Amino acid sequence: MQEKVKDGQSSEFQVVGTRPLRPDGADKVTGRAKFGADFSLPGQLVGKVLRSPYPHARIKSIDASAALKLPGVKAVVCRDDFVEQSSEFIPAGEMMINYRDVVRNVMAREKVLYEGHPVAAVAATTAALAKEALRLIKVEYQVLPHVIDVVEAMRPDAPLLHEDMFTAGVEPAPKTPSNVAKRLEIGHGDIAAGFKQAELVIEREFTTKPVHQGYIEPHACVASVSEDGQADVWVSTQGHWVVRAHCARLLGWDIGKVRVTAAEIGGGFGGKTVVYLEPIALALSKKARRPVKMVMTREEVFKASGPTSGAHVRVKIGAKKDGRIVAAEAELKYQAGAFAGSPVQPGAMCAYAPYDIENVKVIGYDVVTNRPKVAAYRAPGGPISEFGVESVLDEIAAKLGIDPIELRLKNAAKQGTKAAYGPKFGPIGMVETLEAAKAHAHWRTPLGKHQGRGVASGFWFNIGGETSVSLSLNEDGTLSLTAGTPDIGGLRASLCMMAAEELGVPLDKIRVQIGDTGQLGYNFLTGGSRSTFSSGMATVEAARDVMKEACKRAAKLWELPDDAVEYNNGGVRPAGPNAGKHAPMTLKEIAGIAGKTGGPIVGYARINAAGAAPSLATHIADVEVDPETGKVSVIRYTAIQDAGRAIHPSYVEGQYQGGVAQGIGWALNEEYIYGDDGKLQNPGFLDYRVPVASDLPMIDTVIIEVPNPRHPYGVRGVGETPIVPPMAAIANAVANATGVRFTDLPMSPPRVLKALDEARAKGSAKL
Amino acid sequence: MRYEAPSSLEQAVGLLAAATGDARVLAGGTDLLVQMRTDILNPELVIDIKRIPELREIKEEGGGFRIGAAVTGAELKEHPHLKSVWPGIVEAANLIGSTQIQGRATMGGNLCNGSPAADSVPALIAAGAKASVVGPNGRRDIAVEDVMLAPRKLSLTKGEIIASFLLPAKSKGSADAYLRFIPRTEMDIAVVGCGVCLSLAGDGTISRARVALGAVAARPLLVEEASKALLGSKLEDAALSKLDAAAGAACKPIDDKRGTKEYRIKVAGVLARRAAAIAYERARKA
Amino acid sequence: MAKHHITATVNGDPVEFLCEPQETLLDALRDQLNLTGTKEGCSTGDCGACSVTVDDRLVCSCLMLGVEADGKSIHTIEGMAQGDELHPLQQKFLEHAALQCGICTPGFLVAAKALLDKKPDPSETEVRYWLAGNLCRCTGYDKIVRAVLDAAAELRGA
Repeated sequence: MQEKVKDGQSSEFQVVGTRPLRPDGADKVTGRAKFGADFSLPGQLVGKVLRSPYPHARIKSIDASAALKLPGVKAVVCRDDFVEQSSEFIPAGEMMINYRDVVRNVMAREKVLYEGHPVAAVAATTAALAKEALRLIKVEYQVLPHVIDVVEAMRPDAPLLHEDMFTAGVEPAPKTPSNVAKRLEIGHGDIAAGFKQAELVIEREFTTKPVHQGYIEPHACVASVSEDGQADVWVSTQGHWVVRAHCARLLGWDIGKVRVTAAEIGGGFGGKTVVYLEPIALALSKKARRPVKMVMTREEVFKASGPTSGAHVRVKIGAKKDGRIVAAEAELKYQAGAFAGSPVQPGAMCAYAPYDIENVKVIGYDVVTNRPKVAAYRAPGGPISEFGVESVLDEIAAKLGIDPIELRLKNAAKQGTKAAYGPKFGPIGMVETLEAAKAHAHWRTPLGKHQGRGVASGFWFNIGGETSVSLSLNEDGTLSLTAGTPDIGGLRASLCMMAAEELGVPLDKIRVQIGDTGQLGYNFLTGGSRSTFSSGMATVEAARDVMKEACKRAAKLWELPDDAVEYNNGGVRPAGPNAGKHAPMTLKEIAGIAGKTGGPIVGYARINAAGAAPSLATHIADVEVDPETGKVSVIRYTAIQDAGRAIHPSYVEGQYQGGVAQGIGWALNEEYIYGDDGKLQNPGFLDYRVPVASDLPMIDTVIIEVPNPRHPYGVRGVGETPIVPPMAAIANAVANATGVRFTDLPMSPPRVLKALDEARAKGSAKL
Repeated sequence: MRYEAPSSLEQAVGLLAAATGDARVLAGGTDLLVQMRTDILNPELVIDIKRIPELREIKEEGGGFRIGAAVTGAELKEHPHLKSVWPGIVEAANLIGSTQIQGRATMGGNLCNGSPAADSVPALIAAGAKASVVGPNGRRDIAVEDVMLAPRKLSLTKGEIIASFLLPAKSKGSADAYLRFIPRTEMDIAVVGCGVCLSLAGDGTISRARVALGAVAARPLLVEEASKALLGSKLEDAALSKLDAAAGAACKPIDDKRGTKEYRIKVAGVLARRAAAIAYERARKA
Repeated sequence: MAKHHITATVNGDPVEFLCEPQETLLDALRDQLNLTGTKEGCSTGDCGACSVTVDDRLVCSCLMLGVEADGKSIHTIEGMAQGDELHPLQQKFLEHAALQCGICTPGFLVAAKALLDKKPDPSETEVRYWLAGNLCRCTGYDKIVRAVLDAAAELRGA
């Protein structure tokens, strides 16, 4: 592949780096764009799910006979309508899931493992009838004791969720089952020797609560199964090929019989990388012989989709007096919810990744609890572990009297640094983001009364993955680009721009769409900050395919060898010794001769995109703390992050700002609140408190560009890193303002006031 | 479910009194519809009172204001005089929810929903507002602080509807204020709410004080001890301390997903002080 | 349950629809009138995705019954553009990249228009507090606020 990027210097881009209007924009600002719940089919039924009222119980029996007798009820499904799965791990974004657990999470089999766990579902002609039908289904439960705290769940006498769970990664394998699915360990060097060299050692424990991705659009789908077994699903999802695979597997159908169309998606952040309603809707539709539409209520979203882990984290860092870190250790206990698979692995990988440390050891535990099964949430696992690490680094800086940015610069990972999780980094922008933070006006802005400033860095590794793209040259010289990674926030604009950049044609001559699973080869889901990187790489390859083919067609016409024609400026011309022999042809003119020179001109790319590179960030946060109420207000925020190459800078900035807002919510007010009865007390936006517009200041952004040499335009995924630094940046700012260090999130006002009062009693509070 | 939209108070009272199943009054619907949606309520009859003129008007009466129970927060704000005379009440009603909620929510609904955390109620209590209640046995006036007995339990009898609130004539040198504490800046239910209404004598001494607290007990409270703490003072530190202590002592709060007991007690005192300071400044200029 | 026959005006056009008493205005707009631009995010009035104006008053349509719409004039996102011409707010949202997934966008546009119709020169703080009832999870609100302030300036003829 030719490189547009040489030695970190960019050649002149015509389109990349500009800020055109997005091609799907008009539909989005007029209400025309169709999201998951906006799609309807004639004759469709309403599907609703019966959910467990208990956090933990054995299912003794399910009797749906009364429900089936209700006029208007066309189908009822339960565990018997899904195929039992044996244990098999598959990737779901950046986490692994097990089909044996997926089929049970979609529809409970032996046990219900969280309040809200599906037990049965109905399809009826109206919502009211469906609701009534649910009331008529009789389920006999044997209620069992439950456990919802991660540390509690690790105790040997804790209620056991899975009788066949024997902790993996422990030698010798345990003989008794427990709630610890896995133990992992990563690192290098000699940790004991490292700590011996340290002149300052700080060890702290942190806790975080489960939080939800908080997408504004609830899960929604329409499924339609014909009498001949061909099935269609319209669904708002981050990965429709993944939906297809899961549904086919759970129902025992051929993958090729299922076609999935991705609707516009109203937010996912990782939470829509797995299936909940789709297999159920398909099963109902098959039985009812009519389309079935299913939409989750907001309460169902909170109770029964996939929040991220709550965790207990221990961090221990040893440094020399000059700030050099000589040893770094962490122990992560992440709760996975009802089935194994918390993001403790990526959490462990990222914890110390921004730094070059000789002796590192991170141990992680994946623990099940009676809560909804966690799904990916933007940089899964990273914000939690890095919260702990960045907080301890802040303490170290304070104790050593070293500026917190300087401390990080002294230890920053660079090209060639060996990460704790194994690989050696290529070029990365850690130092650049730190230098930019140091130079930023924010760092020098004076602080007022009761205000404090904190800084934190963050890392996410980003992924590539299987990607297919098709680019057709239409008869009139316009182009149709079909990609397969759902557009969660500006992808189509970026793909259009990259294609236009390659082909040298105006943006409005390329129409881009996200194709359904019948229209392209496999596409892995949108997640792992991969879509601009992978679909972008594939788009560039498909465009170059079209350009090559265009040259060949002209060569045929001009009776020249293929390599005697070159692509230039939106068209083709003879090259080398033949230059000038024929007038150049535009792409439109080539399109006109496509038929007679061999047929339609279509560029394809089908790749497993490799070369995804990490994105590093450094954030600065200013807070003001009300000393009498403990309320923390964020008054200033700057997010500095390496994008490699920003294809469309506005949408890169948008990713930075969005991740910051979620991180601030996680830091200050968001949490799943459970009663002792194991039931969720705040399954709504009233008491699950995400930031509102008046809670936040303008979020300033700085885009650093250290190009990724393995992408034709130098792109790095950017979507996830932004959520990593905010929790520590805010906690560090609060510590700076109050003299009190917070190790338990969220830092909600009652907790802050309590800690302030305790510090005041000891004389250690600053306000 | 049946929906009726009577155009007179007599009709509405008649429907409510005659109902055999669960019948609910619908004004703004910002609580009722949520409760219906989450299956807390399943009324057989919903009586929409928004077509009854008396309930939708703001009139000057006896030097004060008579505010229809179904007047929205947004309309309160848009009234040319009300905000300058009773800023605390107007601000309180306009803290409920969001702009969208304020476009529909009413003080009648806010009170009759029976939540101890209702925002407009402490302000009404502090102002000394009276509710004009109409029922099958005629009309009666009751102090707003006597309407709510406990969460979701009102002192109204079957068939009774609050028609309006009467805000008394405000003497010179009087003003009100309302503050609430919430974890975010908007959109939360009050963790603590405090309404204060002060009257000042010519020399700036507080001659009359009413202090009301919300969200810290089973119903919004009129706190006599807090009023006493302020009388005769010019809001000096000593008076503020006594006010803080009185407010905290009056609380009988609970631990819930919005705050702890200790937190509410502390913040009740903080808000009382801050609301009193605002009311005092306004009163000095009034 | 007998349905009510409702007559109203939606985006300037007379409409009629049938709805059950407990159906919300949001349900009626989406399911009876096929105006799916107004979204359901929570159905408890906490997210603003269902924002419409009723007789020029900004409300959550999930908190109104369909039957309450009788005789009212309702404006939804579908009525905001004038033919081919986007309203300045819609245009500015696109220019400022004030949307990522776009699910909250109709609600924000309706709410922002209600603000500017009432207050043509709002401050940043006023914009943020007015829009506090509209949740966005993608943008962190920064570009939304900038777009609204920019549209306000354009509408003022600045």
